[in-house]
Amino acid sequence: MANEDNPERENARAIRARQRAIGRELRRMYDNVAQEDVPSEFLDLLKKIDESSAKKVT
Amino acid sequence: MRPETHTSQIGRSETPDDFRSELLALIPFLRAFARSLCGNPETADDLAQETLVKAWQSRDTFIPGTNLKAWLFTILRNQFYSDRRRSWRQAPWDQESAERIPGTREDQTWAAELSDTARALRCLSDEQREALILVGAGGFSYEDAAAICHCAVGTVKSRVARARRALINILDGDDTLGSAQRPAEGEAAKEIMSQLDDLMPGPKRDR
Repeated sequence: MANEDNPERENARAIRARQRAIGRELRRMYDNVAQEDVPSEFLDLLKKIDESSAKKVT
Repeated sequence: MRPETHTSQIGRSETPDDFRSELLALIPFLRAFARSLCGNPETADDLAQETLVKAWQSRDTFIPGTNLKAWLFTILRNQFYSDRRRSWRQAPWDQESAERIPGTREDQTWAAELSDTARALRCLSDEQREALILVGAGGFSYEDAAAICHCAVGTVKSRVARARRALINILDGDDTLGSAQRPAEGEAAKEIMSQLDDLMPGPKRDR
């Protein structure tokens, strides 16, 4: 069914290359957000959590 | 007042302080996952904060030694869908069309600054997008991604595969995603959808 110069195989190879490139881009996008400084609201929130848990623990 | 708490008598191997510092360390990833689900940075950070609170409230249900990141992502994802269900109830809105239109107007303003891949990502279904992000960007195993998404491992695998194919097709065939002609109005969204429809049966494009 599939011979050596099967264009489908060529095509499949090209698609894999594209997928790798897209994979890199996805990781880049994700990592970009993950590498941002955590906004202060998050730290404030954790502080609040700390305070409330300090009250609750007996 | 120092936020330091020395909560001592805990009958588990993990103290609240440990749990807290692990939470702190995972915030960047919560934000990244939330951003990929919501698209919009502000909504995403709200979601990540809600997740933190939920996680803290249910910290007793976390089993120390298991994957805290996956546990947090599960909470975040559940929260994302329940927030959205709530907003649908508040504003009656055709769910199907909500899924079709790549993001809200707010989303699109932000989308103007995005790469083509990021914009194409917004055109995927939620299920495909989350599976692809978890596995392709978040580094989760198929098994962990399946647990996070409450579905079978095979389902995650096929969603990831379909998401990859769909992204390529969108990026290849779609100039409407270029900066010249963003999907700003229903027109462009419709066009993207018709292209997505084309890919449903499988990759049979020839142009």
